[in-house]
Amino acid sequence: MDQENTCGHNCTCGSGKNAPVEDHGFNQTGDAKTSRRGALKKLTLGLLAGGGMAASSCSVLGDDIQKEKNSLKWDEFFKDNYRLMSKKEKNETVKRLERLYELNSGKKINVSSTGATENVLFGHAFNISKCQGYMDCVNACVEENNQDRSSQMQYIRIHEHKNGQINFELAEDDYFHEVPAAGHFYMGTQCYHCENPPCVEACPVGATWKEEDGIVVIDYDWCIGCRYCMAACPYDGRRFNWQEPQVPENEVNKDQHYLGNRLRKSGVMEKCTFCIQRSRNGKNPACVEACPTGARIFGNLLDPNSDIRWVLDNKKVFRLKEDLGTEPKFWYFMD
Amino acid sequence: MNQLKIFRSLVKDSITNAMQGPRTYHWWMGILTFFMLLGAYSYYQQLSKGLVVTGMHDNVSWGLYISNFTFLVGVAAASVMLVMPTYVLKDVDFSKAVLIGEGLAVAALVMCLAFVTVDLGGPARAWHLIPIIGLFNWPRSMLSWDVLVLNGYLFINITIPLYILMSRYQNKEPNKKFYLPGAMISVFWAVGIHMVTAFLYAGLPARPFWNSSLLGPKFLASAFAAGPALIIIILEMINRFTSFKIEEKSLAKLALVVTVAAQINLIMLGSEIFKEFYTQTHHSLSAVYLYFGLHGHSGLVPWTYASLALNIIATGILTFHLIIKSYKWLTVACICLFVAIWIEKGMGLIIPGFIPGSWGEIVEYTPTWIEVGVTIGIWAMGAFLFTVLVKSAIGIEQGKLRFKDSV
Repeated sequence: MDQENTCGHNCTCGSGKNAPVEDHGFNQTGDAKTSRRGALKKLTLGLLAGGGMAASSCSVLGDDIQKEKNSLKWDEFFKDNYRLMSKKEKNETVKRLERLYELNSGKKINVSSTGATENVLFGHAFNISKCQGYMDCVNACVEENNQDRSSQMQYIRIHEHKNGQINFELAEDDYFHEVPAAGHFYMGTQCYHCENPPCVEACPVGATWKEEDGIVVIDYDWCIGCRYCMAACPYDGRRFNWQEPQVPENEVNKDQHYLGNRLRKSGVMEKCTFCIQRSRNGKNPACVEACPTGARIFGNLLDPNSDIRWVLDNKKVFRLKEDLGTEPKFWYFMD
Repeated sequence: MNQLKIFRSLVKDSITNAMQGPRTYHWWMGILTFFMLLGAYSYYQQLSKGLVVTGMHDNVSWGLYISNFTFLVGVAAASVMLVMPTYVLKDVDFSKAVLIGEGLAVAALVMCLAFVTVDLGGPARAWHLIPIIGLFNWPRSMLSWDVLVLNGYLFINITIPLYILMSRYQNKEPNKKFYLPGAMISVFWAVGIHMVTAFLYAGLPARPFWNSSLLGPKFLASAFAAGPALIIIILEMINRFTSFKIEEKSLAKLALVVTVAAQINLIMLGSEIFKEFYTQTHHSLSAVYLYFGLHGHSGLVPWTYASLALNIIATGILTFHLIIKSYKWLTVACICLFVAIWIEKGMGLIIPGFIPGSWGEIVEYTPTWIEVGVTIGIWAMGAFLFTVLVKSAIGIEQGKLRFKDSV
């Protein structure tokens, strides 16, 4: 609500924004960082003003909405890494994102910044006996997580194996026939949310990390798009936006999370977040809910009464590429 | 204040010097400028449409840019092959060539940084890499190490020659106490930049083709072959086109370095081939793709054999030279070796790392014209920068450029 008031001076010169800038370093662990960032921001602002650009943008672009957009984008560009933000800063950026979407499309979205709950560690199990390769999980995932429709980005891959072997080299990943095919079985892969994630080690700017509840997330606004994490992931769990992602307005899932399904931009990484916008609200991820055969089990690994714990305790489970020491929180099992 | 004035005068004189030259020189710079503009236009296309205009995709997520980056780190590191004998071992042979080597290091490093930048999805957010202002994931990320060592090496290779040239510019003898420690550090640092760049790849168990302890040493061997090979080619060009004469003895010594490094590189290549193919495991599939093609996909195979053939021919000629003590075919051998290693360490290293993918999928990579345009543009920029740097260095060394205290 204070967006309208942010720049009471009705221009992009930022003179009205000095106060929130001062607050950036407040209540925050890495306050030295942000105060310097604030200095950088002010310096660039000063340079712009000095060059007369701010002045001209005030007078030439007389459009109030454009001015507000520019001001919001400016603040967005200079914001901190999400992990280092104070609660207040998190709220501010979330509000900016909601307002920007409203200005651009006229529709309202809800971006959440809900944190992890204590004593929760999410895990996922996949029943090979039950999966029939219907791909409903893949489609539900795309719709839930606002993935780029133009490049048909998908987080989940369903591999069709011939009976008698689990050999991914020989598996069919793009099948166009009726399923289940006789003599075949199906296995889904996606981000495994490793306890020891090589992608997190790789990132040079700390734009990806493991949350308290075990979900490996990406700050889409902090990622510089070097794709080192993509090279480091042994499970093909990560996707890159090679172009500006396109989602038709009427298909946008407006229930969003900052670290989850909010709209991405060109040149950044993204991946499965166990539907953080759902799972942190006590719901199952979209893939689990969509599966018509009940092949997917999701839950809290720390809760002895959860379904996932029942599977781990009562079934013979295994994980893929365990020799790499990544400790995936994604298990396979059979009936 | 006085130093600043001298520096300003040096820059002014260098720029004036860079704008004067024979017709061939102007043609050379003109052609380079044309290619730089072509590169700028291509990069503009990429910036406005996204990395989708490149040939890269989710399977092969690094391509021509990172290949060239990797190769050029080697070229930059190899400049120590001139620095060490001259400054540290007091072998005066190289004293004339050393500034050229350092100029090459600077040009190669600037090209490296440019290649990394054009590969970024969000170059505007690259400030996130700056420690304190951004969030630098050091020491965990090998990429953050690489950023550190490359920029540090660039700093060393700018300051040492600048100090020496500033002294010569004022007709003073540079003080060894100042530049020797720097030169010593740069020798270790050069090995460091290449090892760290190798670790960038070798530290990824997800890519078995790169996850090899031989990668670092092999990077060094190939760098000390390709780098000095390029320096020999350049020195011969300078001998031909300028009045600055490099002694035959210097070239012979460089040729020795190239020969030994090329031999070691071949031994390591043989060792790698043995390991991949004697007991062919699941992890050898990338090598199978590289040398024979995989399931009908064989885009890299002709390049691999071209590289292998050039490598063997060049090493053969160089070894033969050593026996007959004549350097008749030196330039040809150096060009062959340079091209061979550019292929082997560029596309021949980066692309197979991604093929087959994590789940065995094979999607090949072919660079687009936009990628090629940007790449040519960056090489032209490097050559342009190198020419300007070396031209003023030679001018100062020959006494053409001297500080005139007008006050």
